[in-house]
Amino acid sequence: MGRGTYLAVEVSGAGRHPAAWRRPDAHPEALLTAPYHVGLAELAARSGADFVAVPDSFAPPGDDPDLVPLRLDAVAIAARVAPVVTGVGLVPSVTVTHTEPFHTSKAIATLDIVSAGRAGWEPVVSRTPAEAELFGRKPAAPPEELWREAADAVEVVVRLWDSWEDDAVIRDVATGRYVDRDKLHYIDFTGDFFSVKGPSITPRSPQAHPLVVLRGDEPEALPVAGRWADVVRVAAADLAAAHSARQRVRAAVAAAGRDPDDVAVLLDVEVLLGADAGSARRELDALDAHHELAASSLRVVHTADALVDMIAEAVASGAADGVTVVPLVLPGGLRMIADDVTPRLVDRGLRPPVAPGTTLRDRFGLPRPANHFTGANA
Amino acid sequence: MTGKKQIHLAAHFPGVNNTTVWSDPESGSQTDFASFVHFAQTAERGLFDFLFLAEGLRLREHRGRIHDLDVVGRPDTLTVLNAIAAVTTHLGLGGTLNTTFNEPYELAKQLASLDHLSGGRAAWNLVTSSDAFTGENFRRGGFLRPEQRYERAQEILDATRELWLSWAEDAVVADRERGVFVRDGGAPVVEHRGEQFSFAGRFSLPPTPQGHPVLIQSGDSDAGREFGARTADAIFSRHGTLEAGQAFYRDLKGRLPRYGRAERDVTILPATTFVIGDTAEEAEGLAAQVRRAQVSPQTAIAFLEQVWGRDLSDYDPDGPLPDVDPDPEGVSITRGRVRHEKDTLAVARQWRELAEAKGGLSIRELIIETTARQSFVGTPRQVAEQMDTYVQENASDGFILVPHLVPGGLDEFVERVVPELQDRGSYRTEYTGSTLRHHLGLARPTAGAPSARAAG
Repeated sequence: MGRGTYLAVEVSGAGRHPAAWRRPDAHPEALLTAPYHVGLAELAARSGADFVAVPDSFAPPGDDPDLVPLRLDAVAIAARVAPVVTGVGLVPSVTVTHTEPFHTSKAIATLDIVSAGRAGWEPVVSRTPAEAELFGRKPAAPPEELWREAADAVEVVVRLWDSWEDDAVIRDVATGRYVDRDKLHYIDFTGDFFSVKGPSITPRSPQAHPLVVLRGDEPEALPVAGRWADVVRVAAADLAAAHSARQRVRAAVAAAGRDPDDVAVLLDVEVLLGADAGSARRELDALDAHHELAASSLRVVHTADALVDMIAEAVASGAADGVTVVPLVLPGGLRMIADDVTPRLVDRGLRPPVAPGTTLRDRFGLPRPANHFTGANA
Repeated sequence: MTGKKQIHLAAHFPGVNNTTVWSDPESGSQTDFASFVHFAQTAERGLFDFLFLAEGLRLREHRGRIHDLDVVGRPDTLTVLNAIAAVTTHLGLGGTLNTTFNEPYELAKQLASLDHLSGGRAAWNLVTSSDAFTGENFRRGGFLRPEQRYERAQEILDATRELWLSWAEDAVVADRERGVFVRDGGAPVVEHRGEQFSFAGRFSLPPTPQGHPVLIQSGDSDAGREFGARTADAIFSRHGTLEAGQAFYRDLKGRLPRYGRAERDVTILPATTFVIGDTAEEAEGLAAQVRRAQVSPQTAIAFLEQVWGRDLSDYDPDGPLPDVDPDPEGVSITRGRVRHEKDTLAVARQWRELAEAKGGLSIRELIIETTARQSFVGTPRQVAEQMDTYVQENASDGFILVPHLVPGGLDEFVERVVPELQDRGSYRTEYTGSTLRHHLGLARPTAGAPSARAAG
């Protein structure tokens, strides 16, 4: 695969920090409107990011009145911006614990259609009793079971993507046939948690397999990432820990019989940038004074140069293949990536001035995959 | 503006049945987003109330194999509607979502997301499926006793509405100074305990621009009509004669008072096909061509097999009906499609009589005769006149148009019939609001005051 420094951005609400909405440059009144999300996606595209990750969850955000308890469906956001914001991949999270793999498969395939091949998907699990209660179908499960089920869900989704061969639609007037039904496949999946017959109702999409992005933090998640991920996201407190995390992911990929170089490992980096380190720090202190946020991964509260140095070191040292920038504040945090960080990454030869190809798979040097049911390459 | 009753128009993206002519050289992709953009933008240029997408969650099968004669395959309803919202500004966005294979919390979140992100243009056509055949694609299977269908539909609707309207209208205060985003008590926990669903939790979204999405219902049975009268903002019906339309209209609107609803609270839209020509003769000729394209020789045999319940592939579509009678045991020959014929022996008898009365129709001619008649055929002026009469005489409140071509099937209607309807004073000349509820003349439901009250 093409080796570069990958750059993703995670975009949610007013930013990762729970007090971000109280900043003067935040738009708390606009969080549910399309223009707000289109604006964020445009900034992500301008930053040259390979993809924008749109998190989602059924988990309730808690009862504190100062928290923003809003959550739009992530696929909806991605689909809403897809036709009007080009040049960036779109990777919504979709939970797999209480939802239907059949619906998820066609939703992501359709995101690929409406984005002309820029779709990806981050499967996430629902851990809590509170999430289970929103469905009332089954109790919360331990991680081992959650990720075993997630593996089945991902397998069903990917098999359904292949359940139509690329040339299944024939429109043969002489025989009156619209499709060649020999090119439609039942997936006949049966597992411990569900069975799905297939085929999908949605034809094979431009990328055939939208990018599968998985987290590789938990031991229980690693086999799933090893088997199915095109990109793995990890959290780590520092570069040494990131290095270990990346090695664990690569070992899991190898254990699944795949080439570790085919799977990019992206380190989450929480970011709040300022003109100098002191002003960035003061910004964070002001936010933390309202509502403290513990770091969930390596954090850069500093200058654009410091972030670029950190990214360069992470990649050079083998701690990561790139980063997922998680702005603590939006939209300002993303604007600084586009204006101050990306140009420096390009200047230093860490990022290409022009993205390779047009699809999200192109960005990661991944070919359009063969069809599971035929083995034929597209 | 005259005081004339105004016509409502919706546009059905041509789907996976033989109404959609894929063999025409003008027929484009059924799944490329460009087709949806073209179709939706044409509907919006024509000032339609909304675009509508149907849904089927398992590919149809005929004689044990995937049915290959009609269009097969479509994109995901919600995802494509969200994308269409990006390339339109006023057009309502209606999607069919099954109540049997979805859970209320997830559906409520998805539909509310569409409504927020489209600025109040979402509509939900509730369908309830009871077949285990489709259920094979889903976790929980799909079997539901037929008599439970409306029970489930009613409960999922109650549950989603509880979620949609659970936040107070003034719940979001976003007060930076005080650090209060949602006011105390503004977003209470919803607890739903019913026969079909049991869940609890706080919803993640406030009421949408429309309060909640517009609700669409179809279904012609007594239970279906009652459900529609009680809950629906718009009802899809089958198109028939003026008299049949008037009878349905009277019946449905007559059921509204018992739910405290007024006639204007429900818009009745029959599914309607049309063919336009420069002259009446040309239109008739085109209509006949379209009907032949809709019923290919192979399609004619497949239709016959649905009634006969047998393999009839050796019969000549241009020859007479089979002498052999339908096999009453073979009625499940087609799966994944709603059947209308119950007593197949009686249908066969009627068809034989019809074929003879019409001077010896072939199999294909008979299927064309019985299945493919267009609703309105004529010049633009004639079509407008027929449609206007239908609405003014209370056979409907408008139409959901079902063109036979993707993506250009609405082009000519919008260019030529819409101006005629406007000239007659029966159709809007501009959008006067931005939400679908506004287009339909419906009030916005608000938290604590559901749009439809339960009986008793």
